[in-house]
Amino acid sequence: MKFGVVTFPGSNCDYDAYAAVRHVLGEEVEFLWHRSSDLLGVEVVILPGGFSYGDYLRAGAIARFSPLMEEVVRFAHSGGVVIGICNGFQVLTEVGLLPGALIRNRHLRFSCRYVHLRVERNDTCFTSACEKGEVMKMPIAHGEGNYYNFDGDISRLEDAGQVVFRYVDRDGNATQEANPNGSIRNIAGIVNAEGNVLGMMPHPERAVEEILGSVDGLKVFESIRSALLTPNLAGRH
Amino acid sequence: MAETFTQPQVTPELVEKHGLNPEEYERIKEILGREPNYTELGIFSVMWSEHCSYKNSIALLKTLPREGEMLLTGTGEENAGAVDIGDGLAVVFKIESHNHPSAIEPYQGAATGVGGILRDIFTMGARPIASLNSLRFGSPDNPRVRYLVDGVVRGIGDYGNSFGVPTVAGEVFFDDSYTANPLINAMAVGIAKHDRLATATAKGEGNPIMMVGSKTGRDGIHGATFASEEISEESEEKRPSVQIGDPFTEKLLLEATLEIIEKDLIIGIQDMGAAGLTCSSSEMAARGKAGVEIHIDRVPVRESGMTPYEILLSESQERMLVCVRKGKENEVRAIFDKWDLDSTIVGRVTSDGMMTVRLNGEIVSRIPAESLVLGGGVPVYRRDTKRPANLDELMNIDLRDYPLERDWNDTLLRMLASPNLCHKGWVFEQYDSMVRTNTAVGPGSDAAVLRLRKTNKALAMATDCNARYCYLNPRLGAQSAIAEAARNIVCSGGKPLAITNCLNFGNPYKPEIYYGFAESVAGMGEACRALDTPVTGGNVSFYNEDPQRAVFPTPVIGMIGLIENLKHITTQWFKDEGDVIFLLGETKEELGASEYLCTIHDHTGGPVPHLDLEVEKKLQETLLVAIRRGLVKSAHDVSDGGLAVALAEGCISNRQLPIGASVQLDSSVRVDCLLFGESQSRVIVTTSAQDADQLSELFSDSSITCKRLGTVGGESLRINELIDLPLTRLIDAYYNAMSQLMDRVE
Repeated sequence: MKFGVVTFPGSNCDYDAYAAVRHVLGEEVEFLWHRSSDLLGVEVVILPGGFSYGDYLRAGAIARFSPLMEEVVRFAHSGGVVIGICNGFQVLTEVGLLPGALIRNRHLRFSCRYVHLRVERNDTCFTSACEKGEVMKMPIAHGEGNYYNFDGDISRLEDAGQVVFRYVDRDGNATQEANPNGSIRNIAGIVNAEGNVLGMMPHPERAVEEILGSVDGLKVFESIRSALLTPNLAGRH
Repeated sequence: MAETFTQPQVTPELVEKHGLNPEEYERIKEILGREPNYTELGIFSVMWSEHCSYKNSIALLKTLPREGEMLLTGTGEENAGAVDIGDGLAVVFKIESHNHPSAIEPYQGAATGVGGILRDIFTMGARPIASLNSLRFGSPDNPRVRYLVDGVVRGIGDYGNSFGVPTVAGEVFFDDSYTANPLINAMAVGIAKHDRLATATAKGEGNPIMMVGSKTGRDGIHGATFASEEISEESEEKRPSVQIGDPFTEKLLLEATLEIIEKDLIIGIQDMGAAGLTCSSSEMAARGKAGVEIHIDRVPVRESGMTPYEILLSESQERMLVCVRKGKENEVRAIFDKWDLDSTIVGRVTSDGMMTVRLNGEIVSRIPAESLVLGGGVPVYRRDTKRPANLDELMNIDLRDYPLERDWNDTLLRMLASPNLCHKGWVFEQYDSMVRTNTAVGPGSDAAVLRLRKTNKALAMATDCNARYCYLNPRLGAQSAIAEAARNIVCSGGKPLAITNCLNFGNPYKPEIYYGFAESVAGMGEACRALDTPVTGGNVSFYNEDPQRAVFPTPVIGMIGLIENLKHITTQWFKDEGDVIFLLGETKEELGASEYLCTIHDHTGGPVPHLDLEVEKKLQETLLVAIRRGLVKSAHDVSDGGLAVALAEGCISNRQLPIGASVQLDSSVRVDCLLFGESQSRVIVTTSAQDADQLSELFSDSSITCKRLGTVGGESLRINELIDLPLTRLIDAYYNAMSQLMDRVE
């Protein structure tokens, strides 16, 4: 099974995602260069964290125009599995694969720390290894992770079950205090309507080994792997 | 770019404006055998500035221990020091100040400080794995100080976060002496393979000299000279001397630089930091005992009409000077093209030892390269020293003047909420401390720990300096800074390897200031010898003063330690119910220079706590043995705030899993000394109940006192009959103070 990690200039979690897949999950993985138009036959595309093209205009706003992103969009539209982490989530909203926008954190500061997430659905190809309602511990590290969407769209998103992760306290309650950035309804991660594209602000690739403080993130990668082995979960190819 | 350039007349006023004194000017004339022209004057001005030349510090710095079989570079000879850590790997690290720019433009000043030190690491062929910073400000009650703190923290965060290096440790200290002169010291640590360590050398006649990275603009001209003056009313006008950082370009430059080094395409490479092209070209040539010829008209510029003088002195960021192997130019260019970076051949190596600058073929400057650099023609001074007259008075306190508190619970809470002791999450959560997924211990323990991939080892790293000690007794203060840094490394499970230092002082021409500098360097040398941690390099920053006052003498130590087995990684927080708490070391009747006296009694004074380096060494050695034997579940250095604060931190510094403790301290010293005194060479350790006897035995065989204090557990901290506080109150005081200080609305 082959994963692909996109490297935009300014991506800086590309190696972390690569290492999580290669050294911890134990699957094959390739870097995908932003200027290329070749996905090298990968079955999963990871858009990693970082500051693509410096993010000087707006996070993810330039990356969406890269040649590789055209291919990624095509891949997603044909049912390919795509996960955007942090800056990758921002790119996915900019390119229109996911609804809404990530705006500046409520307190207007970058924030790096561990948070707790509640798994809202475990019938997606990103969470099948988790329990529904499970509380996972993962780090965040972002300045623009405040998920925003219009009221009507949020309701539709909720009704369609597209909210996959929510910021919660240790006991699983989606409180105001547990929300690190002001996201509407404590949203930390969403999927598209078809369920093959996930965007999340927390970093699962940073929570894959005990020495890093948590192994909960590994479940996201394990879920993707089992989904690909069970094609009806992963959608069409 | 001007086609031709008419050099303005060099007058005595112009010489003075360039910060050169009459003797120095005479010396320049001797070197050249003629009067310098305007461009040459500018070059000498920056290269002989304190910042570049170390002219007032190098004589003393040379007395520091710089020997060690593990050192892979000569002290101060390369962009950063490199130390062998086995497995064919080297740790490359250095600390540097960016005080002056940050004082007037905190965001860019701090950001470019981080950028500069990162370049020093990766020009060595090392990939940066961690960034640390040591920050000092005036009182946060002052709105201007809050503006500086906010800007500096954002600047450090934005640069490091975007670049993709985890910022893992550091210090934040507040004292009025830093009101006008904040200290912003940035340290970076990288890892390289021995056989791929790059050098900052240009040699081999005809090898091309290439400028890579950003284009050259007018920013930062004379930044080095500016950093060699006191801060004054006019400093604000020097805001254009502050450079602008672009971490995105730096990240590209990192990847491209490591690639050309890995492929062995170059002879040498140097960052263009202070004094830009001038400094990098002359230093590289001097190291290679060669000359260099630069065609200034070929330098890619970002604005038109720049004079040779401006191009030579620009401190535009994210640029490197590379001496390419002849014939490899196209390969180098292809790599920079891939990363969308400029790479332009601007000159070549010559054999005449001269740094020659040409504009459209015409010589605009011609100076012996060696005459510009440290160890070459740069003047070397040893200034007069005079012990400050007020020191005796400051040191002399009578404890009877400081009545005991009535409510020690309240006192502890006030201490935990004080600016210098409270939790600094407000600061370090703005830094990405985890990117690159090697951070085993991030901010908030005695030292940060980064694992080394493909090995079973890790590096521990910390910065330290108690500047209040250094103010009252610079020699002992500097010793204590090293002892504490080493203690922090050992508490984390590491063996101290070597240090880098950042020496922040006032105007060296004032004998009282130079006394502090000389004494600090002497103390540092003594401690480094005793603890076997040589100095790999660092940075001196003088002129940290304004018309009111100078900063405390602040010799900041950055220390690296090696953790030989990941199992030895130790953190400061208490772990499990029933674990036994021990205190290593002696608590003496010492209250001088303490955070307690300053916070509770508003007094900075008294004798600095005694330090016996032999005892310190023994303590550290024995503790490391205990850790390696697996007897230690937590270890925490007792430092600022004393025993009570260290115990409280043990309880609550793992915010996710706080746990109480109950201890009995038996001692005849005054209660305030017992709880908050800062006697040196002390560590709190915990061990499981079953290992407790083994631990005491180990220490009874050494000369180090090891006292059983009590046990871990419960929901509160209890110390004798003096303190009984629920964890929730400790947490509230400790964790909320910084945001209450910083986010207040007036």
